[in-house]
Amino acid sequence: MEGGYLVQTTQLLIFLILFPLIAAFFLLLAKKDFERAWIVKLSALAIGIASVYLLISTYNKGALLMSAIPAEPTGIVMFILGMLIAVFILYLGIVYKKWLVVALILVQSAVMLYFELVFAHSVHVQSNMFMDEFSIIMALIIGIIGSLICVYSLGYMKFFHEHHPEMPDRRPWFFAILFLFLAAMFGLVFSNNLIWVYFFWEVTTLCSFLLIGYTKTEEATNNAFSALWMNLLGGVAFAGAIIYLAMFGNGIMGMTDLLASGKIIALIPAALIGFAGLTKAAQLPFSSWLVGAMVAPTPVSALLHSSTMVKAGVFILVRLAPIFQSTVTGYMIAMIGVLTFLIASGIAISQSNAKRVLAYSTIANLGLIVACAGIGTYEAIWAAILLIVFHAVSKSLLFLSVGTVEHRIKSREVDDMNGLIVRMPKIAAMMVIGIAGMFLAPFGMLISKWAAIRAFIEIPYGFLFVIILAFGSAMTIYFWAKWMGKIISVTSDSKNIEGEVDHSEWAALVSLAGLSFITTLVFPLLSTKLLEPYLMANYGHVAQLSQDNIIIMILMLLLLIILPLSILIPQRKHKHVAPYMGGRTTTHDMRFSGSLGVQKKTVLSNYYLHEYFGEKKLRTAGIWICSAIIGIMFVATALRGVFL
Amino acid sequence: MINIVWAIVFVLVAPVIGGLVVGIDRKITAHMQGRVGPPILQPFYDVGKLFEKEQTVVNETQIFYAICYIIFMIFTGALFFAGGDLLLVIFALTLAQVFLVMGAFAANSPYSYVGAERELLQIMAYEPMVILAAVGMFVATKSFNVSEIASTTIPVVLLLPGIFLGFLYVLTIKLRKSPFDISTSHHAHQEIVKGVTTEFSGPSLGLIEISHWYETVFLLGFVYLFFGFNPLIGVAAVIIIYLLEILIDNTNARVKWQLVVKSSWLIAAVVSVVNLAALYYLSGGVP
Repeated sequence: MEGGYLVQTTQLLIFLILFPLIAAFFLLLAKKDFERAWIVKLSALAIGIASVYLLISTYNKGALLMSAIPAEPTGIVMFILGMLIAVFILYLGIVYKKWLVVALILVQSAVMLYFELVFAHSVHVQSNMFMDEFSIIMALIIGIIGSLICVYSLGYMKFFHEHHPEMPDRRPWFFAILFLFLAAMFGLVFSNNLIWVYFFWEVTTLCSFLLIGYTKTEEATNNAFSALWMNLLGGVAFAGAIIYLAMFGNGIMGMTDLLASGKIIALIPAALIGFAGLTKAAQLPFSSWLVGAMVAPTPVSALLHSSTMVKAGVFILVRLAPIFQSTVTGYMIAMIGVLTFLIASGIAISQSNAKRVLAYSTIANLGLIVACAGIGTYEAIWAAILLIVFHAVSKSLLFLSVGTVEHRIKSREVDDMNGLIVRMPKIAAMMVIGIAGMFLAPFGMLISKWAAIRAFIEIPYGFLFVIILAFGSAMTIYFWAKWMGKIISVTSDSKNIEGEVDHSEWAALVSLAGLSFITTLVFPLLSTKLLEPYLMANYGHVAQLSQDNIIIMILMLLLLIILPLSILIPQRKHKHVAPYMGGRTTTHDMRFSGSLGVQKKTVLSNYYLHEYFGEKKLRTAGIWICSAIIGIMFVATALRGVFL
Repeated sequence: MINIVWAIVFVLVAPVIGGLVVGIDRKITAHMQGRVGPPILQPFYDVGKLFEKEQTVVNETQIFYAICYIIFMIFTGALFFAGGDLLLVIFALTLAQVFLVMGAFAANSPYSYVGAERELLQIMAYEPMVILAAVGMFVATKSFNVSEIASTTIPVVLLLPGIFLGFLYVLTIKLRKSPFDISTSHHAHQEIVKGVTTEFSGPSLGLIEISHWYETVFLLGFVYLFFGFNPLIGVAAVIIIYLLEILIDNTNARVKWQLVVKSSWLIAAVVSVVNLAALYYLSGGVP
């Protein structure tokens, strides 16, 4: 019975990793729109169902280590594929004369080659794959949100190429990489063997590089390479961790073994992998690649920001959190995270481009997750995992609605979204739900922020983290609320230009908006059934909200659901007047006669406060401070490694 | 932990107390300015009159936001007086405040728009200090529950002198008093075009006025938490502090928003770092 369960679950995990690969292969071949549409929809459905089935079939059964899959020849296959990827990147680096990329890939490949030739045979990992509640949560995010984004891309990319005839239509390639990305993410969250984790890590780097550069414009290419070198730098650190473990780690190469090996052995490799996590999670000083990635088509941004890539970075940090707990290394990582939260939230205030606001908000929220991971107490990890879940839902919803809006108003500027509630009521409602989900009670992100505050207070001198968090959090209110205000401004003379939204886009948007509410409603269940067992197994403690607070949150949520319905109650018509314009005579569409009888149109624009929150100033400061902290982190780790 | 009775008492009694406080405030203010001033019940007459007026709107959604504002303001206060979690109370307050801002944005009118932006600046200015005040109370009393903080025997204000002063500083913003009444003012005497409330009139303006009464009582309750160890001192302190706010209101001219944000942040950062560092140090690093 037990053996059967193990085999079955192993097969399910392998299915989740391999099935998107097969889908990717067929997508590469499918040239017709309708073929592609069917493959994407059916595969997305299959992946979604499989990830939900994984949740159901492993319900209440705890963590599993799988030793069924032999290390060889899988390891050799991965090594060869890894080297092929390296050659491919090397080639592109030389063609585009990106010497930093060339240097980094050479170093990385040399390290891995050295490892393969000298140490590989002496390393033996008992269980190459594993699965616990945290992996299941990640699998659900990848399997549901990732798949929804793929479905959404169908409509978006069709529209994109109809309106950008100058761009080469490489959609087969695009969709194949999307699914490859999902496969790599599944591989990453289910691998126990660190060499496997490393391999999938590099595949996600490659996928993001290819997707960012999809349009092949000069800007896209440059930004893709900038993302590449930063992530390769992280890859070098990861390879360094593997070599370190091979040399001094008594043959430890499994994640579970590393976690069990104690801080003396594990701290140095954990710091190196943690550094890789910081690059992937776009923390300062490496935040610019994620902002640059905005040049890619919007579904790519949604994917990178919500369910893949950056989530791989925080996933690995949260996994390693028990090692970081109460070490200088951990506190330094936490400091980088919380400072990134503060600085990125500040920069978001000065951004007028909606996608850049979203990008900086992602960086900020990842900062919070990183801070929780660095602190590594059970309360902090509880907050971190909740943040991962809720952020994925709200952020994907926001990106996808911005994408749909962008196609209709031909702009990504927040100021151009004035009166969206009149012009595109349905999508505007989706956006409002997404924004509310990011910063308002009782939605998930706020619960998580709340949990983070409580976690930070408890640690030695944790008040420093709390203070930084309080300031950052005040800034997030400002930039979200002013954007929301733009959307819900009623410009009574605007026409409804929503038109026919592509049904695949619509399906994804509605599902994600529904998920925003559902995740908030079932969050107590998520906490007791998945998070608490995970925390119990790894920390011996559980964190939770008190019953009273949960009831109050649900009450608030119900109020928020019911109140908008009050619009349906028939009311007597009120007297309508024009807005107050200082006594000037105004037409109803807010035109007024200026001096010399010229008709002027009233234009309202948000405050951006460049003087205080200018991107350049804050980013430069952030890069210097956080680089210094990374330096301190490595020195402190090395000292501890040498003297203890 | 949650006491429903107190919540109901708050919902019923707070507007009466809030209205009276505003009435007394206007009387004292008038005396400070050498006027006789209106009767103490004037705020009730004013709001009563607002509800008799015809509802005029720029668009219908404004009414929705005004209703949401008052509902969540009552919710905030009720949760506070029921003894709920202080952080959750603060988050509910933010939600209420955001609804008011949305109401101002919804009108798409230049004056209320500027008011909305400035209201958001105010929120950004006071929010860190309010959260840190709650954090300070947790460090002092080991609890976030208002019920436990209010009934503690620990002299919270003596442990949190810096945070208390910082909270008083942003209290002026929250009570919409000079010099920090940058988005809309507590008194009508200062201007006709009143920032966020410019486009609200009649009953919906009445709702916002009542919300302000609820909010005033809630804020005074927050002040009381610093003195929960002794109810007599607590009530006296609340009265003295409100009188102090009236004095500040009448002796200061409005400042620019830049100064509001900068000074509130600076004070919040300095007092909370110093105060919390001292508390953590005294308890050996962990609270």
